[in-house]
Amino acid sequence: MDFDIVDDRLNSGAPEGPIETRWDRHRFDLKLVSPANKRKYTVLVVGTGLAGASAAATLAELGYNVENFCIQDTPRRAHSVAAQGGINAAKNYLNDGDSVWRLFYDTVKGGDFRARESNVYRLAQLSTQIIDQCVAQGVPFAREYGGTLANRSFGGAQVSRTFYARGQTGQQLLLGAYSSLMRQVDEGRVRLHARREMLDLVLVDGHAKGLITRNLVTGQLERWAGDAVLLCTGGYSTAYYLSTNAVNSNATAAWRCHKRGAFFANPCFMQIHPTCIPLQGRAQSKLTLMSESLRNDGRIWVPKNKGDARAANEIPEGDRDYFLERIYPAFGNLVPRDVASRAAKHICDEGFGVGSTGLAVYLDFEEAIARLGRDTVEQRYSNLFEMYREITGENPYAVPMRIYPAPHYTMGGLWVDYNLQATIPGLHVLGEANFSDHGSNRLGASALMQGLCDGYFVIPYTLGNYLAGQKPGSTRSDDPAFNEAETSVKNGVEKLLSIQGNRTVRDFHWELGRILWDQVGMSRDPDGMRRAIGEIRSLRDQFWQDVSIPGSGDSLNRSLEYAGRVADYLELGELIAIDALHRDESAGCHLRLDHQSPEGEPVRNDQDFSYVAAWEYTGDLSRPRLNRERLAFENVHLAVRNYK
Amino acid sequence: MMSTNGTRSYSLRIWRQNDNSSPGALVEYRVSDINPQMSFLEMLDHLNDTLERKHEVPIAFESDCREGICGTCGLMIDGRPHGPAAGLTTCGLRMRQFADGATITIEPFRANAFPVLRDLVVDRQAFDRIIQAGGYISVNCGQAPEANSMLIGKDVAEAAMDSAACIGCGACVASCPNASASLFVGAKIRQLALLPQGQAERSRRALRMVEAMDREGFGDCSNHGECEAACPKGISIESIAVMRREYMRTLLARG
Repeated sequence: MDFDIVDDRLNSGAPEGPIETRWDRHRFDLKLVSPANKRKYTVLVVGTGLAGASAAATLAELGYNVENFCIQDTPRRAHSVAAQGGINAAKNYLNDGDSVWRLFYDTVKGGDFRARESNVYRLAQLSTQIIDQCVAQGVPFAREYGGTLANRSFGGAQVSRTFYARGQTGQQLLLGAYSSLMRQVDEGRVRLHARREMLDLVLVDGHAKGLITRNLVTGQLERWAGDAVLLCTGGYSTAYYLSTNAVNSNATAAWRCHKRGAFFANPCFMQIHPTCIPLQGRAQSKLTLMSESLRNDGRIWVPKNKGDARAANEIPEGDRDYFLERIYPAFGNLVPRDVASRAAKHICDEGFGVGSTGLAVYLDFEEAIARLGRDTVEQRYSNLFEMYREITGENPYAVPMRIYPAPHYTMGGLWVDYNLQATIPGLHVLGEANFSDHGSNRLGASALMQGLCDGYFVIPYTLGNYLAGQKPGSTRSDDPAFNEAETSVKNGVEKLLSIQGNRTVRDFHWELGRILWDQVGMSRDPDGMRRAIGEIRSLRDQFWQDVSIPGSGDSLNRSLEYAGRVADYLELGELIAIDALHRDESAGCHLRLDHQSPEGEPVRNDQDFSYVAAWEYTGDLSRPRLNRERLAFENVHLAVRNYK
Repeated sequence: MMSTNGTRSYSLRIWRQNDNSSPGALVEYRVSDINPQMSFLEMLDHLNDTLERKHEVPIAFESDCREGICGTCGLMIDGRPHGPAAGLTTCGLRMRQFADGATITIEPFRANAFPVLRDLVVDRQAFDRIIQAGGYISVNCGQAPEANSMLIGKDVAEAAMDSAACIGCGACVASCPNASASLFVGAKIRQLALLPQGQAERSRRALRMVEAMDREGFGDCSNHGECEAACPKGISIESIAVMRREYMRTLLARG
């Protein structure tokens, strides 16, 4: 593997001193833009999920001009909408021992000590205000009979700090942010541009000052000039083809920024979610996640005897192996996602898996129904049970569900400093698209928290610090930098259309997904990763010779859109594999077969790898440059994660 | 018709239209090797793969989450929005719900306010403009009081959530003989009218949203009830009664 290392060049810019007061002190040090000047600045916000919509609305409320872009037909469809389980906040409403410090501690530990302490503390601190904001917007969170907000325990937490709205928390939070955004559109402070795909970032004097977008209906390329760019475009799990993400989720905007100079951090940190409906066949286009709140009451098991062909209900208690409860008696079925996913994979690899493929384990509610009554189980999970029944045709009240892990969330993303600014000045990255808060494993109900925290409560302060040093409206879309970027996008589109090969885009995407899932998936070994790198390179060459994209560039052409995204994934996929191969340790989701304890738990190498790997594009995809940001753990001391 | 390996075949009649200014027509296709476990959209993916391999322009249709929550997909299947199964979006349909050998007609959601962009893709931005007219609570970030300082009964929160469950797919409009958006508008008005946070702007909201709906070219509601039957999220037609009540209340208060 070829790469150069530039050591310790990256500095987060987080303040020193007691962690409890870092954000307060930092906010005071940040420069402000005066109220009268805000309207002179234009901010380009790409994406309308929790991070994008909350940022666009809040910046407009402050008085900035906002241009907001999304690939969907309306902002309300961004993939945040699909998050089911909930959002964490350290309110300690249940008086059960929660605190800002505990949420901070849990997140750093849960991330297996590969997140930045300062950012995580700030996230925990601001979490409580997010709930206040959402309630004020009219988000109908679940409530107790007395009228207070309801909380539940979620995904490995030993306190109940998760707020939820049935199984549709993401939808309700997104509609809250969307409603604030729509209010700003009505007030004329946000201009909305739906069905636009960002295809390049425009740099003027090294600063992010514009975008090139493609109008997905007319095919027209458009130029947008502004004073800063916010990238809120989500994660890249669909690099694996089958994932829980929406089929249009993609990394194109982030990847194009990377190729313009933004470093890509920890790309191999990809979370596999344990409770998904298993794969049924080659034609399948996505994997459906069921909220892991199911693990609060469901018990996970496989038959004790290999090849036990009996129906689940006919297997007596004594012949069942509740393997999570057996291996992790303290946390049982509520161990963190990476631990649960890996345990399921191991037990299936050993031949105990169930269902027609042997790649599934049971998630059983029989005991919960007996203990709580069917009504309570229905109240808690009816929508998930219904979803399962629709997809599989089986009734989970009567027979156990079958589940298997699936790619779900990417902790990696563009590198950002404490102000959420990328290595390109003026480019800020929010939500899943950045890397900063979840280390190598994200805890459940923390993604919604981070997206909204970045958009509502961090960027409104930190963006001002950047803008205060910029002369407003100084960039015009006839700047030569726009000509260069537009030409480069135009050539890219024409090149794709000119190939006229014989294989579909989906074919290539499927093949890439297979390589990544097999070699850079739930368990990784050096030979496999080396093989993956070679295979991805060769697949990329084939793509550029043999992909078939019918239709033209001057109309709505979904094959063309898809081809651009898969072309970028064929590049990012290689970087994922390179990063995974270079990280010669296990950490969180990144389990290396050559670095595990005798019990199969990941073994970190803090001496050599307690850093963020931020990759710099050099013009040669196979020879990226590694920049390291050293991580210090001053408040949560490095320890082996132990859930036993 | 049934193949030996248990897969199925279908005749499809699919609406093709280049853009909003061109005429469209139903075009016939045949698909085979369809596994009954496949989703309806995967069946269309399969057809598109076949067309692309022949260098033919695939059928434009939309979908995103493919788990029934984003509201992107929406097809008229044999004359019914989201097809024959109650409580499902198009992406939730499985081919086991269609008999082997069946002929299936697939069209876009049709309404004056939803112009066709290409084939099965329509423009539903009129919904955004209705929300812009008042589907929100005017609170700036940072102004919110402590969340538990406002108690909201469980029954009220649940009722508000029933309305908030709308995914904005437009099935209500597509099913309505008048192409009315009343169920969509009513759901948002009801959600916010139920909650204490929504009281301050209650009157202005109802008035502005109803006016925006009319301006967008949606038809009037004449109580057919098709919308409620077509709604994949079970939004009750009671929302429309609430919308009317809120609207009348505002007009009467203004005299």
